[in-house]
Amino acid sequence: MASLWSMLTATRGRNGRLHWTDWASYAYLTFGILLMFGPVVWLVVSSFKTPNELDRFPPRFLPYVQETVEVEGFSDPLQVYTVTEGDLAGEHVAQTRRAGTRAEVVRPDAPDDRIRLRTDQLQAVERVGFTTSNYTELFERFTFFRYLFNSTFITVMATLIMLLVNSMAAFALSKYEFRGRTPVLLLIIATLMIPQTVVLVPLYLLVTQMGLYNSLWGVIIPGAATPTGVFLLRQYMVTIPDEILDAARMDKASEWKIFWRIILPLSAPAIAVLAILAIMWRWNDFLWPLIVLSENEKFTLQIALFSFQGEFQTNWPNLLAMTVLTLLPIACVFMFLQKYIATGIASTGGK
Amino acid sequence: MLRVITPVMNLIEIPFRGAQRMLGVPLIAWVFLVPNILLFGLFAFLPVILNFVYGLTGGTNVLLADRPYIGAQNFNYLLSCDNHFDPNTCRDDKFWRAVYNTTLFVTLQVGFMIAFALTTALILNRDIRARGFFRSVFFFPVLLSPVVVALVWKWILQREGILNAFLDWLNQTWLIAALSGVTTALGGEALDVRGISWITDADWAFFWSVFISVWAHMGFYTLILLAGLQAIPRDVYEAATMDGASAWRTLRRITLPLLAPTMLVVLILALIKGVQTFDEVYAFTGGGPGTATTFIIQYIYEEGFAGQPRLYGLSAAASILLAVVLVVLTAIQLWLNRRSVDG
Repeated sequence: MASLWSMLTATRGRNGRLHWTDWASYAYLTFGILLMFGPVVWLVVSSFKTPNELDRFPPRFLPYVQETVEVEGFSDPLQVYTVTEGDLAGEHVAQTRRAGTRAEVVRPDAPDDRIRLRTDQLQAVERVGFTTSNYTELFERFTFFRYLFNSTFITVMATLIMLLVNSMAAFALSKYEFRGRTPVLLLIIATLMIPQTVVLVPLYLLVTQMGLYNSLWGVIIPGAATPTGVFLLRQYMVTIPDEILDAARMDKASEWKIFWRIILPLSAPAIAVLAILAIMWRWNDFLWPLIVLSENEKFTLQIALFSFQGEFQTNWPNLLAMTVLTLLPIACVFMFLQKYIATGIASTGGK
Repeated sequence: MLRVITPVMNLIEIPFRGAQRMLGVPLIAWVFLVPNILLFGLFAFLPVILNFVYGLTGGTNVLLADRPYIGAQNFNYLLSCDNHFDPNTCRDDKFWRAVYNTTLFVTLQVGFMIAFALTTALILNRDIRARGFFRSVFFFPVLLSPVVVALVWKWILQREGILNAFLDWLNQTWLIAALSGVTTALGGEALDVRGISWITDADWAFFWSVFISVWAHMGFYTLILLAGLQAIPRDVYEAATMDGASAWRTLRRITLPLLAPTMLVVLILALIKGVQTFDEVYAFTGGGPGTATTFIIQYIYEEGFAGQPRLYGLSAAASILLAVVLVVLTAIQLWLNRRSVDG
């Protein structure tokens, strides 16, 4: 027990040599990589498999496709098999027809010579290959781009509105001395106690009364003001020296100009952090869009994905492809911005 | 981008100049505050009041004018039980089932999550190569959407999924036979690990809900705990080493006590979020099988928006009860924040 704890607490490798506790730490971290990335990697790899391959149990890790060959006299490429027994054992043949347990095959170099074999004499010739048919089918058969547009529209608009509204409030609360400042701050703190999840019914009433039910704006507007955003920005703006503002006032700049020409550019780092957070929240938002959006036309990617899995319990091929496409933007954000996200989240304590 | 924004901003400036001339400089602050306060008022404070109106009225109409006043009936309906520890004796057994599920879920989820997050943070706080990389590895699932998290694991756990394939393979090795021998020797049943339906078996569904939730959110708490660990001054450890303190003692007497404030913040945050768990579990199991993984938010959602008839009053009453819990937890959280700022 004590040695376990020493593993967890030692902070330094000794004399440049790795202690066994270091090995144990790296083992833990390696297991962490497997556990955190593994499931997603498995999903992505699976999404490039053919439906037949997906049905296979036990599954193989890499996607395989059956080898095909163009044979004279046949318009479509034919599937290639190896014959396992009989006269032709060991030879590659192309299958022309299959009915029950009987198959008709030809040798690729002698297309006119039809040979009949039992299917258990044939073994498919396969190679590792990534199929994109799950994706192309998704684009053809489902209104994927509609969902993508809806999600993007909501994310972009909500983020822009949120940044503007919250930074205006943060500016007022950090750079002006006025009566009522403390009550307003307290009021904003109080909203921390009212997460969306506990006011769903009244929000629904308000949104329907404003005619925003089943509209993208009904998703965008109710979440535009966030206490987290105001606090994050205010914390940053407080550190901007007042002298800059005074100098601008001397030059007859209006307060609005001071806000957007001076304060906003100077708060860029904090705004960037909040923007990343907002994009993440909105892109991944689930419960509120689920309530507000009722028509398929208006679904976001998340809602579409959710309703998809209900409708087509077994349509894994398209479902996998759509899941991958939904997580793609977030994965990109992660790769390029993970450092900023981490610091941003650590400094705000989440939502 | 700037070319689009500049004219918009210039346009907003015109009314602002007028307001500034009328109000003077300090009071213009209110103009900056108006949009935010309006949104908060309309979408946070007004709903709180309306929530009570809904909670005290009945019927299935969403318009307040058409809803008859029924007093505390909704609350009575939710709260009346012959025996509060047995959901079957409650008038609204689904609500109590959800309450119990949520309580059990939060206990397990928060417990395991903090245990794993602390372990991970302690390891990352060691002299580890590529710490930034490993930190983001554990953080990666936090960014995934709840629906994606649910589907990623559903794909692994489905009946013919990779986990069952792995167990099938394991079953052919000596390991399972040996374990099976132990269980039968102890008077239990032989171990059968083949073809388990992880999602349609009530206990397994609950287990995996906890697991997935820990998997998805652990990185966030690891991050906060790691920041807390790195804020502990190095010289405290050096002094401990000089005094010949063992690693175990250092952890007990220095690291954990100094980390306690961060731990408390993490605990409260995790509780606040845990109580509101809905998205990933709903996408994963749909609350089932039966009501095995139905939590409070799902109850609120289904009574108000998914069921027929739509019982807005019941839904609002349940969310008021949930809000009471959240207000207490958030108040503790704010108090902790304030204390850490003052201290």
